[in-house]
Amino acid sequence: MSHIHDAEIKKLELKANTIRKDIIKMLLEAGSGHSAGPLGMADVFTALYFHILHHDPKKPDWPERDRLILSNGHICPVRYAAMAHAGYFPHKELMTLRKFGTRLQGHPEREKLPGVETTSGPLGAGLAQAAGLAYAARMDNKKWHTYCCTSDGEHEAGLHWEAALFAGKNKLHNLTCIVDRNNIQIDGYTEDIMPLEPLKEKYLAFNWHVIEIDGHDIRAIIEATNQAKTIFEKPTVIIAHTIPGRGVDFMEGDFKWHGMTPNREQAKIALHELRTLGGKIRSEHE
Amino acid sequence: MNKLVKNFADLKSLVQKPTRDGFGDGLVIAATENANIVGLCADLTESTRMLAFKEKFPDRFVQMGVHEQLLAALGAGMALAGKIPFITSYAMFCPGRAWEQVRTNICLNNVNVKIIGSHAGVSVGPDGATHQAIEDIAIMRPIPHVTIVVPCDAVEAKKATMAIAEMEGPCYLRLGREKTPVFTTEKTPFEIGKAEIFREGKDAAIIACGSLVYNALQAADELKKEKIDVMVINSHTIKPLDEKTILKAAKTCGAIVTVEEHQITGGLGGAVAEYLAKTHPTPIEFIGVQNRFGESGEPKELIEHFGMGVESIKKAVKKVVKRK
Repeated sequence: MSHIHDAEIKKLELKANTIRKDIIKMLLEAGSGHSAGPLGMADVFTALYFHILHHDPKKPDWPERDRLILSNGHICPVRYAAMAHAGYFPHKELMTLRKFGTRLQGHPEREKLPGVETTSGPLGAGLAQAAGLAYAARMDNKKWHTYCCTSDGEHEAGLHWEAALFAGKNKLHNLTCIVDRNNIQIDGYTEDIMPLEPLKEKYLAFNWHVIEIDGHDIRAIIEATNQAKTIFEKPTVIIAHTIPGRGVDFMEGDFKWHGMTPNREQAKIALHELRTLGGKIRSEHE
Repeated sequence: MNKLVKNFADLKSLVQKPTRDGFGDGLVIAATENANIVGLCADLTESTRMLAFKEKFPDRFVQMGVHEQLLAALGAGMALAGKIPFITSYAMFCPGRAWEQVRTNICLNNVNVKIIGSHAGVSVGPDGATHQAIEDIAIMRPIPHVTIVVPCDAVEAKKATMAIAEMEGPCYLRLGREKTPVFTTEKTPFEIGKAEIFREGKDAAIIACGSLVYNALQAADELKKEKIDVMVINSHTIKPLDEKTILKAAKTCGAIVTVEEHQITGGLGGAVAEYLAKTHPTPIEFIGVQNRFGESGEPKELIEHFGMGVESIKKAVKKVVKRK
C-alpha cells in the first residue's frame, strides 16, 4: 500500500510545520483558545487536506467530496490553518480567529465558513453526524468517504458510544473515525479523569476495525486511511497516538496547555523552535 | 364556523383519533412525493405512528434504538447529506433528552430535520409524570431557526406533516397520544404561521393550540348562552407566532385567554403575553399546567384535574372579561 514517495512525505512534514507556526500566530493574536490539541493534530490534518481527502477548495460544496467532520470543535485552528493553505480562503484571514465578525468562530460553524461540514464544539456529537452522513451516502450508493476526527476526552460522552454502536451495527465501511489519543483533557490526564483504556478493545467490542498508529507519522496516517478503505464489513477507527502540543517543547505533554494560549514571549520561543525544527536546522529568520 | 365539520358541536357524533395518527398518514403521503424523506425512530415505531412509513419504505427507515441524542445528531448528519429526516420519539425524550443536540446539531446547524415529539401533554395518561412532556414548547421556543407546530386534531396533523416536509429548515411537530375529536376537515385552511379564527366573537378571545382547541370551542358555545361572545383562535403555529391575528383579536376583544396542554410558562401563553406586552397590553388568563408535574390517570380526568377542562376555560374567560 505504501506508494507514497519519501519526497512527498517530506513535503507534507514541512507543510505540517508551517501549519503549526500559523496555529501559534493565530492563538497569540486571538488571545484565547486551545493550543495543545491543534498542534498535536497538525500532522493528521496535513495528511487529510493535502493527501487523503478528495476535495476541491474552490468548490467547497462539490457533492462528491469526502466529508471531514471535526467533532472536538475546539481544535479548529488546525483545521482553519490547513484549509487556508489548501486554498479555501485567504491566508491572512487566519488572524481573524475568534474576533467579532469573523468567519473563523471560536468553535467552527457550518453556516459561517464554506468547507466546514458541521457546527461543532459540544463534545461527543461528531461521530453521530458522521454516521448519519455515511449512512445517507450508502443509501444513495455514493462513493465519497466520511472521516470524523475526535478527541480522546470526548469518549466520555455517552452519545459518542451511541454512535459507535450504530456504526458497528450498520457496518458503515465508508466511515473512518480518527481518535486524537493525546491523553489529556481540560482537568488533567484522561486516565485520571475517567480512564478510557482499554480503548482498542472497546471499539473491537463495538464491531469496529481498529488500527493504532503514531499520529505524527504522516506515512502511517496515510497508510491507515488506505487500509480503512479496504475494510468492507466494518467502520474503522484509527487510534492516533499523539503528543499534545507537539513541536513546542514547553507545551508537549502538559495538560495545562489544553485550554491556554501562549503570550508574546512564549509564542516567540515556540515559533523559533518550529522554525528550527527543534534546533535541528538553522532558521533563516535568526 | 364553516371552517369546521358541520356537526362539530355534537361531541358524541365526532370521530375520535389521536394527532399522532394524522402524522402517520401525512408522513406516508409526503414520503411518496419526496424520495429524500427518511424516517428515524428511537424504538417507538408503532406508538409514534411511523410504522406505516416503515412498512411502505423499509429502506428509508432507520431504527435508532433507545438513543435519543443519537436520533437528533445522526438526523442532522443525514440532513447534511441532503436527506429530510423525520426523527420520532416521545416529546419527553426528543426534544426533551436530546435538547442540546436539537439546539446545536439541528438548529444552530440550520439543517432540514423534522423533530416529531409524540405523547406530549398530561393526556398521555396512565404512564404518569415521567412520560408527560409539558415543558417541550418552552425548551424549543427560544431556539432560533426552528418552526413549532401543534396541530389541533388528526386531520390538521396530517396537513402539518405534509407542510413541514415541504418547507426548508428545522421544525418541531408536537403530537398527542390520546384519541381526541376530529373537528376540522380536509378543507379547513392550514398554513404554517397563520392562525385560524374558528369562531368570531367580541367579548374575549381564546387563543389555543392542540386538541384543547376543541375544549375552547365547547367553552365558547356554552358561554354564548350566558351572553358572553367569545372568539376562538387555533394558533397551531407557536413559532413563528401569527402576531397579526393575535393583535387583531386583542384589539377587537380586549381580553385574552390562552389554552394549551403545557406548563403555563414558556409555551403559547408565554408567546402571546410577550408579544402583547410590547404591542397592545391586554388582560390575559392562562390555561395550562400550573407549575406542577403530571401524574397517572385517565386522560380526561387529568385534563380536568390540571384545570384545562371546559369549566376551567369558562371560568378563565369570565375572569378576564371582568379585568377589562
